[in-house]
Amino acid sequence: MKFGIVTFPGSNCDHDAYHAIVDVLHEQAVYLWHKDHDLAGADVVILPGGFSYGDYLRPGAIARFSPIMTEVVAHAKRGGPVLGICNGFQIACEAGLLPGALLRNASLKFVSQPVRLRVENADTMFTNRYRTGQILTMPVAHGDGRYTADDSTLDRLEGDGHVVLRYAGEGDTLGWSPNGAMRGIAGIVSAEGNVLGLMPHPERAMSAMIGSVDGIGMFESMLARVAA
Amino acid sequence: MSRFRVSLHIVPRRGLLDPQGKAVADALHTLGFKSVGDVHVGRHLVLEITAATASDAEKDVRAMCERLLANPVTEDFEIAAVSTA
Repeated sequence: MKFGIVTFPGSNCDHDAYHAIVDVLHEQAVYLWHKDHDLAGADVVILPGGFSYGDYLRPGAIARFSPIMTEVVAHAKRGGPVLGICNGFQIACEAGLLPGALLRNASLKFVSQPVRLRVENADTMFTNRYRTGQILTMPVAHGDGRYTADDSTLDRLEGDGHVVLRYAGEGDTLGWSPNGAMRGIAGIVSAEGNVLGLMPHPERAMSAMIGSVDGIGMFESMLARVAA
Repeated sequence: MSRFRVSLHIVPRRGLLDPQGKAVADALHTLGFKSVGDVHVGRHLVLEITAATASDAEKDVRAMCERLLANPVTEDFEIAAVSTA
């Protein structure tokens, strides 16, 4: 299976994603430059973390107009999987692939720390290797991660099982978040289930040596579902 | 066609948590400006554009706000002034 990792000017987690796919999972990955006009045959597109276009105007606001995004949106409309991590989540929201927006952290501080997450829906192409209710540990590193949407959108996301990951506090309780996200939302899927956006970094949770292997399941989930 | 200068404000939508605005309000209170209520921090943009009339210029900028300059989920915009550049 082939992953296409989009590099925007200012992306800085593209190499982490490449490492996760090629060195840990032994699958194929290619970098896609933001000015490219095709996906080089990628089955899955990854919009990686970073600070595309310096976060000018709003995080993700300019990146969504990069030439490659026309292809990414078309891929998503065809049902192709798209994984938006951190800045990639912000870009996916700006591009209209996911509802809502990511605003400045409520604390106004950049947060960089491991967080605990509860899997809210294990029946997606990104989470089928987990159990619903399972607690994962992954790092977050962002200044603008406060998921925000209107109440009817939030109700619909929850009612349809599209809230996939929620922040979990001590004792696995909900209601805590590192950024003030509405309803503690850390990750959501699109209505069709083929676009996942999340603020935590699964691609940096691939090795016990650096703190967690809980991200591996997300990539294995995609392999299990997309290759099938 | 004429050149116009359009200035606009983009502010967080009312009712949404605005931590920057709150931090600024708290600082003003600390300085003794007790009269200050809510504060909202947004962006001020000045665009120079070519259009037939001032109302065309405003219409163009409105479309730019809807497509790029403001996030329709979280922000409101207000065109503050249109003048000849």
